[in-house]
Amino acid sequence: MRRQQRQRLAFLLVSGVAWAVTIPIMLVIGLIATRGLEGMSWAFLTEMPREGMVEGGILPALVGTVWLTIGTAIVAMPLAIGAAVYLAEYARPGPLTSAIRLAIVNLAGIPSIVYGLFGLGLFVLYLQLGTSIVAGALTLGLMTLPVVISTAEEAIRAVPQEFRLTSLSLGASRWQTIRHQVLPHALPGILTGVILGLSRAAGETAPILFTAAAYYLPSLPSSPADPTMALPYHLYVIATQVPNMPLAPQFATALTLMLIVLSLTVAASVVRSSYRRRREW
Amino acid sequence: MDASRDTLSRTTRPTRSGNRMEPWIERAVRLAGLSAIFIVALIFIFLIRLSLPALTRIPLSAFGDLRWYPIEERFGLVSLVVGSLLVTAVAVGIAVPLGLVTAIYLGEIAPPWLGDILKPLIEILAGIPSIVLGFVGWVALAPLVQRLGAPTGLTAFTGGLILAYMALPTIISIAEDAIDAVPKSYRDGSLALGATRWQTIYRVVLPAARSGIVTAVMLGIGRAVGETMAVMMVTGNAAHVPRGTSMLFQPVRTMTATIAAEMGEVARGGTHYHVLFLIGALLFLITFAINSVAARLVGRRRTGEGGG
Repeated sequence: MRRQQRQRLAFLLVSGVAWAVTIPIMLVIGLIATRGLEGMSWAFLTEMPREGMVEGGILPALVGTVWLTIGTAIVAMPLAIGAAVYLAEYARPGPLTSAIRLAIVNLAGIPSIVYGLFGLGLFVLYLQLGTSIVAGALTLGLMTLPVVISTAEEAIRAVPQEFRLTSLSLGASRWQTIRHQVLPHALPGILTGVILGLSRAAGETAPILFTAAAYYLPSLPSSPADPTMALPYHLYVIATQVPNMPLAPQFATALTLMLIVLSLTVAASVVRSSYRRRREW
Repeated sequence: MDASRDTLSRTTRPTRSGNRMEPWIERAVRLAGLSAIFIVALIFIFLIRLSLPALTRIPLSAFGDLRWYPIEERFGLVSLVVGSLLVTAVAVGIAVPLGLVTAIYLGEIAPPWLGDILKPLIEILAGIPSIVLGFVGWVALAPLVQRLGAPTGLTAFTGGLILAYMALPTIISIAEDAIDAVPKSYRDGSLALGATRWQTIYRVVLPAARSGIVTAVMLGIGRAVGETMAVMMVTGNAAHVPRGTSMLFQPVRTMTATIAAEMGEVARGGTHYHVLFLIGALLFLITFAINSVAARLVGRRRTGEGGG
C-alpha cells in the first residue's frame, strides 16, 4: 500500500534527523574527551599558570570556580527553599501567586549577560563590593534561583497530604509540620534542584565577566572580597585572547570544566533516583 | 488537591503549639516567596536607571545610525539588532525543525531502549557550558565553515548553528512533553479509523500538541537571543549590517556579544557605558515579552482552555 510506503519513508527521515541531532553531541563529547586527556595531568590541575598562561596549570581558575560555586549555594539556597516552601505550603491561588510565578519564569529567561550587567550595577558599583567573589556569587545566586525554586517546590508538593494532616492532628503547628515532616521528606528533591542550579552556575561566564572574574592573577584569592580567576572565563581567555597558546591546555581546560558540570548533573540525577527508590509512599 | 490545601490553611490559622518564633519564620518564608517579584523589579529598575543617561545624551534618531563606532560617539544599534536577529533566525530555523522531529521520534517512533540512550545524551548537551560549545565552535566548526567557501569561518551561520544545538534540548524536552500530553484515546481513535501511525502523528498528535510546540519554539528563541559567550566566540564580532545573498556567511555582532566584549574596557559613566546598559535593557524587555507570552500559553494548556 502506498500509505505504508509513505510511512516507511517518513519514519526513515525522522530517525535520520534524530541521529543528525545526536551524533554531533557524541562527536563534541568525544573530541573534548580525547583531545582534553592529552593535556590533562595532575600537575595541570594543581599548578599555577606560567609564562603568560602558556605554560603551567589551571589551579587558580579551578579554585575560583569552586569558591564561586560554594558562594552561589550560600546565596541561592535559603532564598530559593524559602520561596519554594511559600509557593507549595502557604500561597493561595490568586493574582499575587500568579505574579510570583510569572516573575520566576522571567527570571529564568533573563539572559545571563543581563544578570552580569545587573550584578555590575547593584553589587559591584552601588553596594561597592567591587569585582569580587562575593559580587560574583550574589549574581550567580540570583541567576540560579528559578531552577532551584521550581525543583524544590515540586519536591515539597510531592510529599503526600496525609503526612501533613497526621502531623497537624497530633497538635503540631503548621511550621512544625513543615519543618519536621514536609522538609525532611522533600530534602532529596530539594537537593537535586540545588545541585542542578549549581551545575549551571559553575559553567557560566557572562554573569561573572564584570562582577568577579580576573584575566590573570599571580596568587590564589585570599578572601571573598578578592577577584578570582574562574574556569569558564579562563577557557575564553586562553582560547581567544592569549597569542600562541597551544591547543592541548585549551582542550584540557574545556574537559575539566565539562567534567565538573557533568558530574554535578550526574550527582543530581543519582540523588533523585535513589530517592525515588527509597520513597515510602 | 488545591481545595484541600486551602481548607487546611484556613483551619490551622491560629497556631496552637508553635513557639514564639513561628510568626517570624512564616513572615520570612513569605518574604522569600515575594523575593522573585522584587528581584525582577530590581533588575528592571537598575537597567533603566543606568541606561537613562544614554537616552538623554543621545537623540533617539542616532540609534538608527548604521554604524556602531563608540570611539567616534556613533551608537547605531541597527547592526547589533540585525546581528542578533540573523543569528537567532538561523538558530531557530535549524533548531525548531530538528527539535520537533527529534521529539516526535523519541515520543512516538523510537523503541524505548533507544530512547533510554538518546535522552540522556540530549540531557548531557543541555548541561555542557556554553563556553565549551563556543570553544568547540571556535576550534572545530569555524574551520569547517571556512572550507565551505566563506572568507572566514566566524560567521552568522556558525553562530546560529552552535546556538541551535544549545536551544535543542529546551525545544526537544518541551515539545516531547506536549506530545506526551496528547491523550492516548486520540491516537487509538485515529488508528481505529484505519490511519497509519504516521498519518496519526502528523494529522492528530501534532495538531493536538500545537500550543506546547509553540511554547517550545518561543522558549528556544528566548534562549537564542540571550546567549552570549558562544556567540561572541564564533560570529566574528564585526559590527556591520550584513547584506546580499551571502549575508549568512558574513561576520556579525550580536547585542549580547557587544555588551560582553566592551563593558570591560569602557569608561564608567561615559555615554558608551550607558548605551551598553541600554542594550541590556532592550534584551531584558525582549526576553521578558517572549517568556511572559510563553508562560501564558503553558498556563492555558494546564487549565485546559486552549490547546487541542
